[in-house]
Amino acid sequence: MLLIKCPWCGDRAETEFSYGGEGGIQRPRDPDALSDAEWADYLFNRSNPRGAHKELWNHSQGCRRWFGVDRDTVSYAIERSYTLSAAEQPGES
Amino acid sequence: MKKYSAFSLLRNALSYNRNWSEAWRSPDPQRKYDVLIVGGGGHGLATAYYLAKEHGVRNIAVLEKGWIGGGNTGRNTTIVRSNYLWTEASLLYEKSLKLWEGLSQDLNYNVMFSQRGVYNLGHTLQDMRDIERRVNANRLNGIDAEVVSAEQIGKAIPYINTSPDARYPILGASLQRRAGVARHDAVAWGFARAADALGVDIIEQCEVTGINRDDGKVTGVETSRGTIAANKVGVVVAGNASVLAAMAGLRLPIESHPLQALVSEPLKPVLDTVVMSNAVHGYISQSDKGELVIGAGIDAYNGYGQRGSFHTIEHTMQAIIELFPVFSRVRMLRMWGGIVDVCPDACPIISRTPIGGLYFNCGWGTGGFKATPGSGWAFAHTIAQDRPHELNAPFDLERFTSGALIDEHGAAAVAH
Repeated sequence: MLLIKCPWCGDRAETEFSYGGEGGIQRPRDPDALSDAEWADYLFNRSNPRGAHKELWNHSQGCRRWFGVDRDTVSYAIERSYTLSAAEQPGES
Repeated sequence: MKKYSAFSLLRNALSYNRNWSEAWRSPDPQRKYDVLIVGGGGHGLATAYYLAKEHGVRNIAVLEKGWIGGGNTGRNTTIVRSNYLWTEASLLYEKSLKLWEGLSQDLNYNVMFSQRGVYNLGHTLQDMRDIERRVNANRLNGIDAEVVSAEQIGKAIPYINTSPDARYPILGASLQRRAGVARHDAVAWGFARAADALGVDIIEQCEVTGINRDDGKVTGVETSRGTIAANKVGVVVAGNASVLAAMAGLRLPIESHPLQALVSEPLKPVLDTVVMSNAVHGYISQSDKGELVIGAGIDAYNGYGQRGSFHTIEHTMQAIIELFPVFSRVRMLRMWGGIVDVCPDACPIISRTPIGGLYFNCGWGTGGFKATPGSGWAFAHTIAQDRPHELNAPFDLERFTSGALIDEHGAAAVAH
């Protein structure tokens, strides 16, 4: 079982959380301007990397807030977790 | 290839079993092949076999990074059935089931296919409505299926708890009598041996590290054993599909998840059929060795680690004990995980790609084993003819753009 650090509640067992899939996917600002293939890419296609993965978790049995986690999909080691506020987004200032 | 028979058993017994020939060769890779199959699991080996047998392709290699059948082919719970809801899916799985029925003879290899029936239990009124709908859909497609009552289940499966006082009482089930189990390793070995006999090179310990392209067309692959050129490349690597797709600059609608299973210590015969339940979520059968073979749901997170979280197993064991209280004292022997490639609609992708000569067969998620012969058969057709067979045309990558998804989450039986 993973030990996941909720940015608000601290380290908690995986069973308290719900998984939200790949993080950092931006909803297109103007969906009407997209082709079907571009919309399908946003809707269905995932990077699904073997290794470092940015993902979303929800503390559904706790504070019920969404947050981001950087986790390795082979070792399952969690590098860090962070709120989704713009200031804490990795790689952005 | 020397044919296996009762006579060959006797003859080899008389020579103290020292003269059996190897089941398949271990050749070094040639520089160029007509068709390369990446992935030496059941699906890949079946693809190579049907390419050689049905389409007369002679210059084929199967590239496997580990050993054949060492991935999901050797890690599943061996259940074979075809009682899917939608016509597209049920016809594909039924094609596979029909191939299973003659597979041991076809391959001259005993895959120990045992049509012991599969029960899909219903625990609520809505479950039973869904079961009746699915059974009727199956029968319209010519697939055997029947609805059975809790009383019939109690008679057919002695130790199952059909008490109305159970927390999730069993109200009935769908039963497919032609469904059953097969010996998973034998499936990989049988296809490997039969493909090898038709001239297919099975190259183990050969990891593909790149897919070479020129002008929108595939030209071969880079491997840990050098560059291999090819006119066509078929990729069938289950959980690693996205990794291989990325080598060709493609993105797939797939997430890889761990799927766990476990077996108990061997017991005397106690369960002569397969029992699955969506609602309490577990599935169980007994192997010929006597082990209870138990399958869990997928772990929620993306993972390539071939292991999952313990609470997933715990949840499954709760379900099994709910169904079979008699198993509460049985000790579990070992557990493991495989990496399944899950599609948004719980249906596979058997498809051409935007790159000429590059084909993908993936997205089987939690239900790939039952499809092994049918998947290989359809994929071989797609590669050889450069167009899908009508059975797998609905499973094109294009369906995610057109929106014609085939939602089989209900009949997939493993929660995604």
